[in-house]
Amino acid sequence: MLSNYPVNARFGDYGGRYVPETLVPAIEELERAYDRYKNDTDFRKELRYYLEQYAGRPTPLYFAKNLTEYVGGARIYLKREDLLHGGAHKINNTLGQGLLAKRIGKKRVIAETGAGQHGVATAIAAAVLRLNAEIYMGSKDMKRQRPNLIRMQLLGAAIHPVQSGSRTLKDAINEALRDWITNVQNTYYLIGSAVGPHPYPVIVRDFQSVIGQEIKMQMEQLSNRREHPDAVVACVGGGSNAIGTFYPFVDDSDVSLYGVEAAGKGIKSGKHSATLAAGSHGIIHGMFTYLLQDQFGQVSDTHSISAGLDYPGVGPEHALLKDIKRVNYVNCIDDDAAEAFLLLSRLEGIIPALEPSHAISYAMELAKNMNRNENIVVTLSGRGDKDVDVVQRYLKMKEKKNEKNRKNEKK
Amino acid sequence: MMKRTSLGNNRLNRKFQELSEKNEAALICYVVAGYPNIPTTNEILSSIVKGGADVIEIGIPFSDPIADGPTIQEASYRALLAGVTPEKSLEISKNIRKKYPSLPVVIMTYSNILQRVGFEYFMKKSKECGVDGFILPDMAIEESDKYVMEASELDLATIFLASPNTTPRRLEAILARTSGFVYVVSVYGITGQRRSFEDYSLTAIRNVKQVVGSRMPVAVGFGISSPSHIKPMIRAGADAIIVGSAIVNIIRNLSGNKKKMLQQIEVFVRDLKKACRQNYLLP
Ligand SMILES: Cc1ncc(COP(=O)(O)O)c(C=O)c1O
Repeated sequence: MLSNYPVNARFGDYGGRYVPETLVPAIEELERAYDRYKNDTDFRKELRYYLEQYAGRPTPLYFAKNLTEYVGGARIYLKREDLLHGGAHKINNTLGQGLLAKRIGKKRVIAETGAGQHGVATAIAAAVLRLNAEIYMGSKDMKRQRPNLIRMQLLGAAIHPVQSGSRTLKDAINEALRDWITNVQNTYYLIGSAVGPHPYPVIVRDFQSVIGQEIKMQMEQLSNRREHPDAVVACVGGGSNAIGTFYPFVDDSDVSLYGVEAAGKGIKSGKHSATLAAGSHGIIHGMFTYLLQDQFGQVSDTHSISAGLDYPGVGPEHALLKDIKRVNYVNCIDDDAAEAFLLLSRLEGIIPALEPSHAISYAMELAKNMNRNENIVVTLSGRGDKDVDVVQRYLKMKEKKNEKNRKNEKK
Repeated sequence: MMKRTSLGNNRLNRKFQELSEKNEAALICYVVAGYPNIPTTNEILSSIVKGGADVIEIGIPFSDPIADGPTIQEASYRALLAGVTPEKSLEISKNIRKKYPSLPVVIMTYSNILQRVGFEYFMKKSKECGVDGFILPDMAIEESDKYVMEASELDLATIFLASPNTTPRRLEAILARTSGFVYVVSVYGITGQRRSFEDYSLTAIRNVKQVVGSRMPVAVGFGISSPSHIKPMIRAGADAIIVGSAIVNIIRNLSGNKKKMLQQIEVFVRDLKKACRQNYLLP
């Protein structure tokens, strides 16, 4: 069964633990702690308490009536992770790992962030659990996701700007790893996606699986017929909201699964982050997985309108699910994601984050070609407050382009 | 397990044998291939050899060097911008091999550089260019079966790292896969020139030496930048001293004045080597 992975720290060939020796004792300590606490009654009770009383679980599975009518196909449901405290699914993971850090006895917590959502979620968990958070963020992302930068600071987290490489998520992870190597004795690395050396991809998946578990239960209640959804759609950056959505369904062959990557300005343009579509086997951030890289093994610069998907690697479990074709990995360009962002805002009164806007866009395409009595669930992984500036700038640029085109046509 | 004597690369083994007969610790000097450019790297290496280095470590630049501090990050970044590739980096080794037939050369890079074209293919190419071994700081022993097997078939050394928090039991597992020499990371941290070291660094060297005994040489690296660092490390049991960022810093600071840069590197290396000659006594 697919749900039995990983086996020996690997998802098929993928995963593993490619790390400097200094990190090995900390990773082994983490693995022991996780094995001990994942089924520990007190740990689970405490996590559930925070998820329900503090973060706002369970989140609704909302039938998007207007969107469904607009598309005119399958029924579209939104899993409302955007309603969680902090505004994204990330808090499912940060509360879980925060409690783990406390059990291990490490009060200093470091994290990387791209969109800033994981940084915010880490800062929140650290505040409420009385831990000290330090967040690495690429300077390019600090500019484009400024609202989240300010939130992290207000929440009491220290921010370390990252100036190296592409100054985005990948480089923030590099810096966080360097910090961890240096301060390994007193520091917990709270990674934000289902990536990194084993056992991180498992830990993050397990904490995020609450998304898929709730979808399953809620769908059964809604349909009264113990029905599974026909299709489930989620966006894939590192892959945490997607694997959390998919994992409870991987052994249900009646459910089609779709992971949507960011195709940026189009795969052919080279300016994208569609790792599973265009990547090749590689080793990054402690794992063997698909990677966007050049012929020599240098990691490529990526692009996406959404900072949270702007990453050249992908979680190792997705690499396996791609190879065995259990999940259909598809992609969505910047323009289509922006359009879905605007559409959902106007049709449903929900401003989605740009990351899940990719999933919404693809789900609409999918719904068109499905029956009206079929159900699609889309994980709406976060809300879009952080993106209003980005979208505004995008619209202005587009307007300018259109004007130019109109002028050219007149000539 | 594999027999130590059959492993281990000949050029490295001979060099360490020769030095131990002379009661000297080895000096291993690191440069980033192609920083500031390939011809200059070749000249820098000549100065390093003239200064008295015993082993050359060539860093093949990688886009995401997680074990490296700002100095080597920046040098790698510049080299990549200038178009340095793994192939061009190996040409540097080829060059050394021609000029100094018995001087050991090891490659330091990250696993993905080998993974991209296949470990076996990359190591064969390296062997053809006169390389004697590999240091891959992100290659954990758990992932290394194929790498170690293929390297030993080619008589290439697989140099693994041990750190201050490595347990004696794990160290045994590391040694079982290590050939050439074992690399003790002197600090909790990444590469980068340091002013001073804490006592735990010397403790780490002593602990590793105690487990390793005379099975293979123990090299120490990360942060070493002055002859005064070297003496206590040798007394603690180091058979070899690795210096990287301090050399890369000289290259960066004097990039506008090559003649002076080469001179200063030679003098710096000579001073380091002098410290390796003193105080080294067989245990
Ligand atoms: C709202 C939201 N969705 C999705 C992602 C992408 O991450 P992942 O693929 O791990 O879910 C992010 C990352 O920042 C995010 O903020």
